[in-house]
Amino acid sequence: MKSINLAEKTVRDLNQALHEQAVECTEREWEVLEPKGQHNLACGLDQNLSVDIKGHAGYFCAGMNKKAHVTVHGNAGQGVAENMMSGTVRVKGDASQAAGATAHGGLLVIEGNAGARCGISMKGVDIVVKGNVGHMSCFMGQAGSLVVCGDAGDALGDSLYEVHIYVKGSVKSLGADCVEKEMRDEHIEELTALLNRAGVDEDPAQFKRYGSARGLYNFKVDNASAY
Amino acid sequence: MCGIVGLYLKNKALESQLGELFTPMLIAMTDRGPDSAGFAIYGDEVAEDATKLTLRHSDESYDWDQLAIALQDSLGCGVEWFKNSKVAVFKVQTDADQALAMVRSVAPDVLVLSAGQSIEILKEVGLPENIAGTFNLSGMKGSHIIGHTRMATESAVTMEGSHPFSTGMDLCLVHNGSLSNHNRLREELKRAGVEFQTENDSEVAAGYLTWRLQEGDTLNQALENALKDLDGFFTFTIGTRDGFAVVRDPIACKPAVLAETDDYVAMASEYQALTTLPGIENARVWEPEPATIYVWERDQ
Repeated sequence: MKSINLAEKTVRDLNQALHEQAVECTEREWEVLEPKGQHNLACGLDQNLSVDIKGHAGYFCAGMNKKAHVTVHGNAGQGVAENMMSGTVRVKGDASQAAGATAHGGLLVIEGNAGARCGISMKGVDIVVKGNVGHMSCFMGQAGSLVVCGDAGDALGDSLYEVHIYVKGSVKSLGADCVEKEMRDEHIEELTALLNRAGVDEDPAQFKRYGSARGLYNFKVDNASAY
Repeated sequence: MCGIVGLYLKNKALESQLGELFTPMLIAMTDRGPDSAGFAIYGDEVAEDATKLTLRHSDESYDWDQLAIALQDSLGCGVEWFKNSKVAVFKVQTDADQALAMVRSVAPDVLVLSAGQSIEILKEVGLPENIAGTFNLSGMKGSHIIGHTRMATESAVTMEGSHPFSTGMDLCLVHNGSLSNHNRLREELKRAGVEFQTENDSEVAAGYLTWRLQEGDTLNQALENALKDLDGFFTFTIGTRDGFAVVRDPIACKPAVLAETDDYVAMASEYQALTTLPGIENARVWEPEPATIYVWERDQ
């Protein structure tokens, strides 16, 4: 295992060393010591690496991730796993706002709570949150799934496209065009698989499903007040 | 952007180290606000019948001794003072109204940064590291402290426009964000008797709290009202003589992190500013919820 201590090296040194693995992969396992909330840790990875960040991370940790498995052993700041393409990002603590924003693929697991706008404009990523999510989560979510084992804040799924949302706890309010939907066998199956992939022990039968009523897909003047 | 940091000590044994603990927190927020910085420190209280004023004059060789004598003569009471760079802290054996009126009449070119029993405000234009050095922040003692590093958006880069703002006794406020209804609110508050020294939006927020507290609100109630009446983006940290509060607007665009141990409560715009605190590895660290008021107050 390769260890980089950010008390001695810069974030740029870390990211450069990780990027070099995309050319010739000689070291798959990495640990990052003393991250101390610095921004942009393990960003733009493009190789099947395992990166353990031993502490709290700042903004945009594991942004644009492709193939890599990044674990934050602490909290993560704004925009963790933003625009992820594939791979896994796991936050052991809480995540701040806009976790998994615009992410196209891969799996983001947050073991604590996520802040506001979790999964904003998500485009195919699967996000599993063991705790709660803040307001405006999944705003304009386009594809993928959001699983919330705790509660959801205001305006969940506002202006939603095709994301599948599963919430076990309460939902403070649903956003424009987001509705509760029937939980059919195929959804139980999908949710079971997501919980298994995330390593979360919850009963899929206790979740409710939410999705787009598709009323805002085409402009209708009667809907003007809802836009 | 702007950076906010605050440290409220629960363990009195740490009071002699307040400045030392706080200096790296302020400097860590330089990236968020490099144009000016300041802090309000609480401690070294004067008696109930006395007033502590933080005064500033742009001329570092200003004759504070002469001002002290003038106050002594005109008020007929004891005055003690000490100087720190362009700022002087005056301890006057009279009530605040009298002390303030007299300073304004004998020395109209002196700026009053704060008045109260406990508060001292020190702020300047420049890099946070230089400002901490100028005022010898690391050697300061006290019970709690609130600081700000500014990246100006709503008004000019001036000492007057830097934070913290104090518009009432022992009250101070620091702000990250921008208010959209500050002009109208400023006019309404002026009619209610609140005085402003700048065109800055954050000073209006401080003035609003002062007005609510004068109307009889508790700090908690004043902040609940602020959530209704202040329009815009904000993370505020507020200091009072005995208390410390944090509140974010309902949209919560502006970041904040809180950390609590048995010894202290600390807040910062980003976790980076908390990493040098003792025992931070085992602190409870969380992000304050939007439109939620967090208050810590010392028992009187």
